[in-house]
Amino acid sequence: MSSYPHAPGFVAGDRPKVVTSRFEYTDSFTIDRYLATDGYTAIRKALSKPAAEVHDEVKGATVLGRGGAGFPAGTKWGLTPQNVWPRYLVVNGDESEPGTYKDRLLMERDPHQLIEGCLIACYAAGLSQCFLYIRGEMALAQERVATALNEAYAAGYVGKNVLGSKFSVDIVLHWGAGAYVVGEETALIESLEGNRGMPRLKPPFFPAANGLYGQPTIVNNVETLANLPWLINNGVEAYTAIGTKTSPGTRMVAVSGHVKRPGVYEIINGITTFRDLLYGEEFCGGIRNGNSLKAFVPGGGSAPWFTPDQLDLPFEASQVGPAGSMLGSGAIMVMDETTDIPAAALTLTHFYAHESCGKCTPCREGGTWLERILTRVVNGTGTDADLQQLIEVGTSICPGDFPHASNEALGLAAVPFPYKMTTICFVGPSAYAPIHSALTLFRSEFEARVTKRITIPVTAVGVAQ
Amino acid sequence: MSRLTDANVVIAKEIIARYPRAKSALIPLLHLSQEQNGYITREAMVQLGELVGVTSAEVYGTATFYEMFRFEPVGKYLINMCGTMSCALMGAGELMHHAEHKLGVKAGGTTDDGMFTLAHAECQAACTEAPTLQVNYRYRFRVTPADFDSLIDDLRAGKLADEIPQHGVLAKVRQRIPADKGVGAVAPEDVTEGPAWLDGKPAL
Repeated sequence: MSSYPHAPGFVAGDRPKVVTSRFEYTDSFTIDRYLATDGYTAIRKALSKPAAEVHDEVKGATVLGRGGAGFPAGTKWGLTPQNVWPRYLVVNGDESEPGTYKDRLLMERDPHQLIEGCLIACYAAGLSQCFLYIRGEMALAQERVATALNEAYAAGYVGKNVLGSKFSVDIVLHWGAGAYVVGEETALIESLEGNRGMPRLKPPFFPAANGLYGQPTIVNNVETLANLPWLINNGVEAYTAIGTKTSPGTRMVAVSGHVKRPGVYEIINGITTFRDLLYGEEFCGGIRNGNSLKAFVPGGGSAPWFTPDQLDLPFEASQVGPAGSMLGSGAIMVMDETTDIPAAALTLTHFYAHESCGKCTPCREGGTWLERILTRVVNGTGTDADLQQLIEVGTSICPGDFPHASNEALGLAAVPFPYKMTTICFVGPSAYAPIHSALTLFRSEFEARVTKRITIPVTAVGVAQ
Repeated sequence: MSRLTDANVVIAKEIIARYPRAKSALIPLLHLSQEQNGYITREAMVQLGELVGVTSAEVYGTATFYEMFRFEPVGKYLINMCGTMSCALMGAGELMHHAEHKLGVKAGGTTDDGMFTLAHAECQAACTEAPTLQVNYRYRFRVTPADFDSLIDDLRAGKLADEIPQHGVLAKVRQRIPADKGVGAVAPEDVTEGPAWLDGKPAL
């Protein structure tokens, strides 16, 4: 057992490091280390140009949002209506998607980089106040960011007249109190206004036009903003030279589950494939105990599952989407041959049913139904009709064809992501995603549970109730 | 006792002043209250309502949405055991079973001596270090049953008091915005024009 502070599975190498360049230092979170490694040079550089020029650079580099949806940050900033003031920046550090933990590391290990990213965004997009929302359970991240902000204020990097310029902005540390749904941007804003964190209907509540206190609001993910200091320091050309045209730069990916070296890796966008990541010696080094791969979740708990057939897909949204899933928040959960698939799916369905905020009926009721039905299937007390019932309830949350990957053995042609939904946000469909994937790909395991009443001994996977 | 102390009221007012709308400070203030008392009391919610200018019912409405807020006392150490997929794949179910046995309580229960509350938790964002748990929101990674036992023994013996504070305390460092450096809250009604640095020229 190890306690914090803790270094996860970073592997040294000559791969480009955009956001994790300081992670090798044990004092990476201090202002001294940050200043010694090009810290706060990007904001100085940005301030020496007109704000519009900095905005153009971010737009030109196509910095894709790293939170899940993958919308380019520069374009997002441009969606704010003209001449409506003030505008706000809300930083989404409420990372809680199952499998994901890049933002926590960025906040714990390089908080100044995030702060500088916030400053650049506020300067470029004309945002008057920044609220940095950190997940409630992340005590260490809150501590590190609070310390970093106190240092940055004292040194004049944040606050009134940053570095003696006309640019003034406060960065306010805010922290949540445990609610997955608050990671959704409109729910985040509700929570920041002191309310129950329930998503708002879009339209009319597109944050860029009508967000915090009804004002134009930019909501950006922690990793997205952490990219900005490197981008401004090294320029658009250097940034777009990494990765592909549609997915430039790097991204942080957490690989967990049954691999030899689980860890968070900074990989090249658009080029690195799932096979590189899972089997490459510089990354995870293969499946544990030399076992074979059964399935993996490619983009956080909400994503439809992939099988070994899709291993050669690169980290490129325009390829993963049509193949039937999504890159989401950069989290891969790996299941080897020993995995009890229905039980594994139940852990995720339980999560989403538990985290439903209760606003939309299909999610509030449907999620709980899915969990209950699947629980009895897993326990060996389900019936044939239960499997059909799972699909019916799921279809009432996501009508129409559900995305899945092509699979020759099963005669399946890929249905592209995303799905239709009867709920405001993605929590509802996410409860069904693991069930749909598991039932489509591994139906015999479910049938063994309900018709033959074989209770498969649970070894590694058990859902605690 | 369960109202905020005078010193904490000063901190509360400092936090409220950072937001354009006082109600935005509600969640941080609920944390402050929980830090002081270990859980959220009725009187505390009445007082917080007065501080941010909403009814105590609204405070209750917000507070009950979020899992971290407790409305009755919990053990000195709240042990949250992650059970979501990555941890489950790596043996979280067995670990929970072991923990229940070791502490002699079911998940959700508190030991008779008031030391430990054992709870199920959802994904704690440490998935590559599974199975994980948090004691008063301080992580423990790749926990084996033997690790769990020694953790409990250490906590009982008071060996981890420096690292792990009482339930309710999150960050041990607070943000402090110096009066001469802060811009102050930017409220929608106070601003009609674009910010000063957007005049088409460089700010420096």
